[in-house]
Amino acid sequence: MNDLFQFFSFSDPNVRYVTLGTMVLAATAAMVGSFSFLRKRALVGDAIAHSILPGVCLAFMVSGSKNPLVLIIGAIITGWISLLVIDGISRTTKLKNDAAIGIVLSVFFGLGILLLTSIQHSGNASQAGLDKFLFGKAASLTKDDIITFSSIGIVLIIVVLLFYKEFKLISFNPDYAKVIGLPVKFLEFILATITVLAVAVGIQAVGVVLMAALLITPASGARFWTHRLGNMIVIAMVFGALSGFFGSYISYVAPNMPTGPWVVMCLSILAIGSIWFAPKRGMLAKYKIQAENKKKILVENVLKLFYHLGESSNNFEAERSIDELLATRDLRKIELNRGLQLLRKDNSVRLKEGNWYITSKGLNEAKRVIKLHRLWEMYLNQRLKLEPDHVHNDAEAIEHIITPELEKQLEKELNYPIKDPHESIIPYNKD
Amino acid sequence: MKTAIETHNLTVSYNRRPVLWNIDFEIPKGQITGIIGPNGSGKTTLLKAIMGLLKPSSGYTKLFNKDLNEVREKISYVPQRESVDWDFPASVMDIVLMGRYKSSNLFKRIKQSDRDIAAEALEKVNMLEYSDRQISQLSGGQQQRVFIARSLAHGADLYIMDEPFVGVDAATEEAILNLLTEMKNQGKTVVVVHHDLQTAKDYFDWIVLLNTRLVAAGPKEEIFNEKLLQEAYGGKLNVLSKVGELIKEKDFPVRERK
Repeated sequence: MNDLFQFFSFSDPNVRYVTLGTMVLAATAAMVGSFSFLRKRALVGDAIAHSILPGVCLAFMVSGSKNPLVLIIGAIITGWISLLVIDGISRTTKLKNDAAIGIVLSVFFGLGILLLTSIQHSGNASQAGLDKFLFGKAASLTKDDIITFSSIGIVLIIVVLLFYKEFKLISFNPDYAKVIGLPVKFLEFILATITVLAVAVGIQAVGVVLMAALLITPASGARFWTHRLGNMIVIAMVFGALSGFFGSYISYVAPNMPTGPWVVMCLSILAIGSIWFAPKRGMLAKYKIQAENKKKILVENVLKLFYHLGESSNNFEAERSIDELLATRDLRKIELNRGLQLLRKDNSVRLKEGNWYITSKGLNEAKRVIKLHRLWEMYLNQRLKLEPDHVHNDAEAIEHIITPELEKQLEKELNYPIKDPHESIIPYNKD
Repeated sequence: MKTAIETHNLTVSYNRRPVLWNIDFEIPKGQITGIIGPNGSGKTTLLKAIMGLLKPSSGYTKLFNKDLNEVREKISYVPQRESVDWDFPASVMDIVLMGRYKSSNLFKRIKQSDRDIAAEALEKVNMLEYSDRQISQLSGGQQQRVFIARSLAHGADLYIMDEPFVGVDAATEEAILNLLTEMKNQGKTVVVVHHDLQTAKDYFDWIVLLNTRLVAAGPKEEIFNEKLLQEAYGGKLNVLSKVGELIKEKDFPVRERK
């Protein structure tokens, strides 16, 4: 509890730097990554991240300093070269884009490790900490780092605001952008540059290996919550910032815990949570719809039992035992009971001394379903020229989804038929 | 006859294989022209070359007697519906507003007047009540109408449409046909890529018949005869295809020098 208080008071400047820095890094990466995500370039960010390592090492070897700005310039150069090489490979050879990404990623990363190893064995004392680029060094961010990162973050946000509508267009339909004369090459160059920048900054927090997560995970989670690009980017940035915050908090409370991987863990939780719980697009919402469909099918099928029994005995109001109901249709007893209970709540059926009977409300509903079934059989028979013995199974499913509008259209198109292809009477509600 | 589009000796390669050989034709101004041919006859490639999306191996295109870059603002393009991912997070209005983007308003925000024009365009394709709808929830025909509304919002003298009738419902087909007639009455030129021979005769005034080479171009009365249609739809020229394959295989230039 004390930890919690100390953390949130931000009295320790280190906590401030780490938390703020991580939040800024994660949020800007999420913003830029939203476009990579929508342009289906999720893996390109990974390639850039890995390709930045040799750039950082070379910048250190040339300058001898670990000034973040110098290292970032080195990072941008090799990051950009990797993009050009990926593009060149997929344009001039038969290799596809994913293969090109795989090749470039591993070659550049291998080169980076070689350089890093040679620097570490050079006896240069100031090199200590360069290997932090592999896994990130969020926990040791300094004030200078924060100033650099925040300035870059602000630049990135301004660029995205300036070119927002153009970035939107080239993400959706680049050919159209070219045709109306937008400088697509230039816009793509800007977008690539800010991606490289965001990656170069971001790897300082989470490292080369986890960087792709910072770019892509927030956007993929945010996509579930909205249909608007602007909202999606804002949500992705919030996801990024939240993860940055909690990642820093966890590693503060548990000092042996690394910040970067925890940031990525928090992001993943947010993304997985979105995939599950987002309204409409989430998995849970989909399961709910499926469960409701199943319920509707069951209830309507049970109502049909009463109708069929009533039709054959010419007595719709009669009380039926469970066994009698079960005999008419291939339905498990447990399902039948569930359906009856649901219908009872709805006042569609009632229980009387252990037997069930259908109310007028239930009967109307049963007639509607039977009518749809038989209308659909008619439709299949007349319009699709299906034989009468081939239409039943299809109608069993379709009867449950036909809307009142389609029902009217069916009736009209078939000219209100009286009998279905099996000579059964189609019941119309008299109203 | 005033000319809207003229191609001269246009040869275009796709993946290094020539898919259009020496295409030479003119499309008249103020008419509805159909570019017709079987699948794989290079119709879309021809459009892309005209719109500057593909670089020809030889030859050139003139639009209103000028280079594309001089007349871009007068031309509107409706790409194939399937060429984009409709699961993009955007509303119908967002997409139609893209028709108002110009290279001259790069940093500028969309104005209310742009929104008015976009709404008018949506009204013309009977989609105004869908303007806030998420585009992934649209039917194929509605998507097509959104694309056409975008090109209307752009405003142009020449409309170029790639297969607007593919996979659309009857209502959309009718809406598009009405629009085409309206555009023609306003003196606009419309060029439509189309693969269905049955309907082509009703839709268009002028026909360009294509099958990797130009089979014929002219008023529809002249083009719709057994002999020319047989030539266009009766299969590819065997030797021509083989030479195309060879060029691809050997990575050979289509012209000795350009």
